[in-house]
Amino acid sequence: MIRFLLHRTLQGIVLILIVSMIGFAVINLAPGGPLSQYALTPGISQADLERIAHQMGLDRPLPIQYLDWLSKLIVGDWGSSYRDQSPVLSVIWRHMWATLLLMGCATVISVVLGTLIGVLGALRRYSLFDYVATVGAMIALSIPTFWFGLIAIFFFSLELGWLPAGNMYTVGDQSLGDYAIHLIMPSAVLALVNVAIWSRYMRASTLDVMDQDYVRTARAKGLPRWRIISAHIVRNALIPMITLAGLQLPTIIGGALVTETVFTWPGLGRLFIDSLGYNDYPVIMGLLMFSAILTVVGNFLADVGVALADPRIRLG
Amino acid sequence: MTAIPDPARRAVFAVFRGPRVRKFMRHRLAMLGLVTIVLLTLACFAGPHFLPYDELYIDLRARFSPPLSGGHILGTDPLGRDIAARLFSAGQISLTVGFTAMVLSTLIGTAIGIVAGYFGGWTRTGLMRMVDAFLSFPSVFLMLTLAAFLKPSPAMITIIIAVTSWMEVARIVEAEVRGQAARDFTAAARMIGAPHWWIMGREILPNVMGPIIVAATLTVARAILLEAYISFLGYGIQPPLPSWGNMLNNAQQYLDSAPWLAIVPGVAITLAVTSFNFIGDGLRDALDARSVQ
Repeated sequence: MIRFLLHRTLQGIVLILIVSMIGFAVINLAPGGPLSQYALTPGISQADLERIAHQMGLDRPLPIQYLDWLSKLIVGDWGSSYRDQSPVLSVIWRHMWATLLLMGCATVISVVLGTLIGVLGALRRYSLFDYVATVGAMIALSIPTFWFGLIAIFFFSLELGWLPAGNMYTVGDQSLGDYAIHLIMPSAVLALVNVAIWSRYMRASTLDVMDQDYVRTARAKGLPRWRIISAHIVRNALIPMITLAGLQLPTIIGGALVTETVFTWPGLGRLFIDSLGYNDYPVIMGLLMFSAILTVVGNFLADVGVALADPRIRLG
Repeated sequence: MTAIPDPARRAVFAVFRGPRVRKFMRHRLAMLGLVTIVLLTLACFAGPHFLPYDELYIDLRARFSPPLSGGHILGTDPLGRDIAARLFSAGQISLTVGFTAMVLSTLIGTAIGIVAGYFGGWTRTGLMRMVDAFLSFPSVFLMLTLAAFLKPSPAMITIIIAVTSWMEVARIVEAEVRGQAARDFTAAARMIGAPHWWIMGREILPNVMGPIIVAATLTVARAILLEAYISFLGYGIQPPLPSWGNMLNNAQQYLDSAPWLAIVPGVAITLAVTSFNFIGDGLRDALDARSVQ
């Protein structure tokens, strides 16, 4: 176990290093570069630009800049936002909770619904339900998230007037119920794609488990059907899904970006779009790194989780 | 000159012959998808010739006309431009971007996957670690960053989509090639002194065409979706050039007064993406060696 942890931690560090190089290269090699927003200032001279570049250390060779940036990143100095000079980490921290809340709700919806649909589809294989679920999942995977959000707003906010069209709370009314009612539509929209993916994998996983000897044994010793399904089939079928949950992280973060834009949700996705508009390099870079680190850590936790859930798997 | 049969090409055509074609044709959803894509492509490329309006023609007296009014089948947008005309020429761009991005990313993914799977060892570790690193970015983040700093022309958007979506293909190809590289015919080819590129291109590639074709089809669907995402957010195809994504760009603020602005392009995107996904599913059923007996 300790060897596994060491090995995977080392792997994770290498991965994050590669990720940081890609991110750094993307931002710094693009035309314009970090200076582009100063260049827009009216009446600025070439000498001024060069002085700013020198102050910011942008006239040094790229590898040196990278090492400098990386060493600061490690000690928690992620630079400060060009917009209001506040440290990048605290900006991310401020916006993180809204996104985590949204992602958490969407994940709960997709796990519960996806598991239910997947297991039912596998138990009643090739039935009408299974067919509808299969086709439905493929269509759900093909609908652009932001468009689904627009259509949802059109029906539930504009036509029916049941749900608010955006934002996280009503100004002046920040009760729990108010948050909840604002949360329903964005989390349902964000969950759609993941319900589809989760139900497909759950169906396949359940079908695999149903062929196993221990399920036959359970049936042979006369266990009631619901007990076989709940204790033997579903529990074992869920194990590979832990890995999937780790792998789905980038998808759900990416989905949160457009969902937050459509529903004016004050999270990291909106922060990212706003920062792009302002050429706020430190925040953009910080968010790229943050999402990548989150993904790497998520995958690592998923691997550990699988090992904890399944005593047959020994890490090493 | 005698015609030397090209093994790679022969394999591709063999794939489209016999029981597999029949199997694909029996896949009702895949056929539905194929028909939809053919019709949609025809409509987008031929449709504009049959419409009375040009996609860029601005008619301020006819702003926000609802569908089926004044000769505008699908209505007009905030500048009075005909939505049907815009939808078709947007489709030309979106479909072309999707298709070209698929070709590019399949080429990148296949090349990296074959090299990694064939050579193994450190080459594989290095290349597949790079694949993992690219997969660790939410692709929308990476794409938006690239699109925001580079000049977003249709060609640039195509390249950006390709650069952020080749990893899936690379993983599939690598896994397939690893199995093939250990087989006897590869060893035989190596024994008669065939160079590495020959073995990869002429011996292994034809054997892994099936999964590549399936992955490529699904990549078209993905690429069309990705283009829609970045264009919707304003960093993709730039107006006045229409694309399905940027037609939705301003639709939200008119959702109450002119909902057709949002509904029409979204339906087109969903239709195209669903169709490619159905085709990919049918191809998987038909080309999966394990499922054909």
